[in-house]
Amino acid sequence: MSLSSVLIQFTNGLASASSLFLVAAGLSLIFGVTRVVNFAHGSLYMLGMYFAVWLAEKVGFWAAVPLAAAGVGVLGLLIEISLLRRIYKSPELLQLLATFALLLVLKDAALWAWGAEDLLGPRAPGLAAATEIFGGAFPQYDLLLIVLGPLVLVFLHLLLSRTRWGLLIRAATEDREMAGALGINQRWLFTSVFALGAVLAGLGGALQIPREPANLGVDLTVISDAFVVVVVGGLGSIPGAFLAALLIAQAKAFCIGLGFSKATLVVEFIVMAAVLVLRPQGLLGRPAALPRGPGAEEPPLSSPSPRLLRAWGILVAALALLPLATDGYALVLLTDVLVFALFAASLHFILGPARLYSFGHAAYFGLGAYAAGILFLQVKLPMELALALAPLAAGLGALVFGWFCVRLSGVYCAMLTLAFAQITWSAAFQWDGLTGGSNGIVGAWPAPWLASKTAYYLLTLLACSLAIAFLWRAVHSPFGYALRAGRDAPLRAEALGIDVRATQWAAFSVAGLAAGIAGAFYAFSKGSISPEAMGIQRSVDGLVMVMLGGIHTLTGPVWGAALFTWLQDAAARNVDYWRAAIGISILALVLALPRGLATLAQRRA
Amino acid sequence: MKLIPILTLLLLSGGVHAQTIKIGELNSYKTFAAFLEPYKKGMELAVEEINRAGGVNGSKLEVVSREDGGNPGDAVRVAEELISREKVALLTGTFASNVGLAVSNLAAQRKILFIAAEPLTDKIVWENGNRYTFRLRASTYMQTAMLIPEAVKLKKTRWAIVYPNYEYGQSATASFKKLLSQAQPGVQFVGEQAPPLGKIDAGAVVQALIDARPDAIFSSLFAADLQKFVREGNLRGLFKNTAVFNLLGGEPEYLDPLKDETPEGWWVTGYPWSEIKTPVHQKFLAAYQKKWKDYPRLGSVVGYSAIYSAAYALRKARSTDTEQLIAALRGLEMSTPFGPIVYRAVDHQSTMGAYVGQLSGKGGKGRMVNWRFADGANFLPPFEEVKILRKE
Repeated sequence: MSLSSVLIQFTNGLASASSLFLVAAGLSLIFGVTRVVNFAHGSLYMLGMYFAVWLAEKVGFWAAVPLAAAGVGVLGLLIEISLLRRIYKSPELLQLLATFALLLVLKDAALWAWGAEDLLGPRAPGLAAATEIFGGAFPQYDLLLIVLGPLVLVFLHLLLSRTRWGLLIRAATEDREMAGALGINQRWLFTSVFALGAVLAGLGGALQIPREPANLGVDLTVISDAFVVVVVGGLGSIPGAFLAALLIAQAKAFCIGLGFSKATLVVEFIVMAAVLVLRPQGLLGRPAALPRGPGAEEPPLSSPSPRLLRAWGILVAALALLPLATDGYALVLLTDVLVFALFAASLHFILGPARLYSFGHAAYFGLGAYAAGILFLQVKLPMELALALAPLAAGLGALVFGWFCVRLSGVYCAMLTLAFAQITWSAAFQWDGLTGGSNGIVGAWPAPWLASKTAYYLLTLLACSLAIAFLWRAVHSPFGYALRAGRDAPLRAEALGIDVRATQWAAFSVAGLAAGIAGAFYAFSKGSISPEAMGIQRSVDGLVMVMLGGIHTLTGPVWGAALFTWLQDAAARNVDYWRAAIGISILALVLALPRGLATLAQRRA
Repeated sequence: MKLIPILTLLLLSGGVHAQTIKIGELNSYKTFAAFLEPYKKGMELAVEEINRAGGVNGSKLEVVSREDGGNPGDAVRVAEELISREKVALLTGTFASNVGLAVSNLAAQRKILFIAAEPLTDKIVWENGNRYTFRLRASTYMQTAMLIPEAVKLKKTRWAIVYPNYEYGQSATASFKKLLSQAQPGVQFVGEQAPPLGKIDAGAVVQALIDARPDAIFSSLFAADLQKFVREGNLRGLFKNTAVFNLLGGEPEYLDPLKDETPEGWWVTGYPWSEIKTPVHQKFLAAYQKKWKDYPRLGSVVGYSAIYSAAYALRKARSTDTEQLIAALRGLEMSTPFGPIVYRAVDHQSTMGAYVGQLSGKGGKGRMVNWRFADGANFLPPFEEVKILRKE
């Protein structure tokens, strides 16, 4: 690279950093105050783009930008008042489920309103050309973006440090309970913060239309980038978000400039993993204040009654007899349900009893699936042996990654698991020789005696119910008690001689192993494995299943998995806008049963 | 006189049966909506035409269409449902390579015919080819090969390449390098950019390409990536003195959104729908516009021809038996809006062609000029090479 191109790539990085910062700042604000991980933030950004393209035709680009931002702000206001306000008191992460459902609904709404074709916006009038800098042509509009990022940073800083509203925001970010106790009306504070965050997302989207067409894929791209920026910068820290945006945008620009464009797939996650391992609270974040009192206490899990155990026994027996009634599609669908039930139960094993949040549990599912395929097709092991050994690869992966992850807590832990999952995913995606690259591995079918749907279903039923039973048993074993003690009162647990971190590490590894079993069975039921098996979507699906079923119950995740898999299957078959249908169903469930499906059974009991 | 064909039809069908033959179709309708909405319209038009003309073998044709969720795992489940619950006679559809390959593999396992309509991957008929899978569209290799004659004519020596980092882009790049080096010894490849699909950092990529100082660029970008690349390239003057070849760049799905950004003179493969005057295409165009009040995209032609492929195969086989359908499709000659095609017996690839031409953006709307039709049959490797690739 010549000096001129180094400087131009640096300037490119500055422009990208500004765009990234706008959307991340809103997310950070919202999280800081409301503790909501707003999954739909990328959707608000996407709507900002669509609004702006649509308005630009009518009122011109420059008027369209503020109008679009304001429009998204109003939408944010409505979302907060009609939905989020009802579920602030629900278990943590349930808001994640609600905003995930919102993402599905908004995506289909945009498809319905603007159609499937990408909409390229106009160039910005007055800044439509390039200007000569460092001996190369550089778009004038990008120069504006470079200025805008810091301007917004300064504006937010002044807003937060010089106004009464900002003071309240800072107080609420620092200590929500205390702010409430001092008589601050939290309702409107939360609403206004959410609306401001939405305005920033909408503004970020609207400002992007001269550089990028409005399209339906942008919501997920943006939300994962924004999460990374927010966490690297330190949750709730606006200057941190700016710094992180700068760091990540420059890392990307120079990967491309130096000829390592393939690395852009994963560079942000490598940066995030490095930052979180070295500085767990993010670049400018402050360590979270310890919760007062005994912390969020959870009702202890009671041992299952003999009646309940009998009921589960009957259910499994009924499932085992099902092939007598059908040998058709029901078995295929139920095989999927069983696999995902185990996957959800394994995720719940660390999410519930250990409260170790994981946004990257698909990594272990995928490791199990890939190991099965590789052992069978490349190492040429017999299929039965491949199936039996594959979960060990997932367990091993969890053992390594878990060592780092259990050192963090809350969303930081979740994001580190996500970073590891994405790094594993990109290895599977790039390593053509071993994993088949983006196509994946094709041709992993069960041995002849298992080839019939019935035989494979029965084996899956046996393995998954045993594994789930083992996980449930473990929660009620001394190990499980130690785990829950570490969750509810870490200091007291330590004082009793429990090594909380080691217990969590062990739990993380066991959960990875169990997810690996699910993955291996998944691989042979599909005959092929591709990188999606360990993508973000799979991790999110797992979370949705656990949340749907109810995180505070042991059996809920299994019901959640069954419901979600069935819902996906049925909605995709019968409804055109099936994503919206799933989203609306989830929203309805969240509002009706904020503590999950399993509470239905409990209420009756 | 008109009675005679109707009577023969009645005789052939053995009376008026309300029977239907089901074709199972699955696709990533929500993931690649821009391509697949017109595709579905093309498909529905074909079904309507076929049934109006009396159906197939005396039965009406019914397409059972499903969303495959855009990933192989869900797609396999959906295909299983079509096979075991809907009892379809054959499968068709799919878009992305990984989904196409997974369904093709399932078809071999469950011993059912699969006509892969859109996946472009070479592997589906070559390395991973199986006797149950046929593919309609001109593959990545074929479309790349179609651009080679023009690329050679320019006698450019310094080439840079940009492609989306997954199977399609990777194999387009590999084929292009191989074919160009054979046709033009001494050609240099001076830069390579592989941004992730849908996430191109266009400013930085364009700058990196400028730094490589190429005479010509080969790109296989499409959709949002292509639009970002074009706008940044136009702004930063990357295309001023550089010839550009872009696979798929002339397909209305990807060309129309460019509007006044359409770069002048790029060589592309695509579909100049408004200018093709052959009788078969005129007929298709009129019927499509009458039914949908919209113009066809490339996807429309693919969906339309996929259903006709199934119908012709069913007709020739006079049966829904998989083995007989395979025998019927091998060497099947049929007509499409792009002209006649043959499903080659050697690798189950159809010889469907594509249009090769240059882009022009006069009047704020992109179109293809100087175009010609490239018959797919002329851009496939020799039988011997194919046989080595197919490990049957």
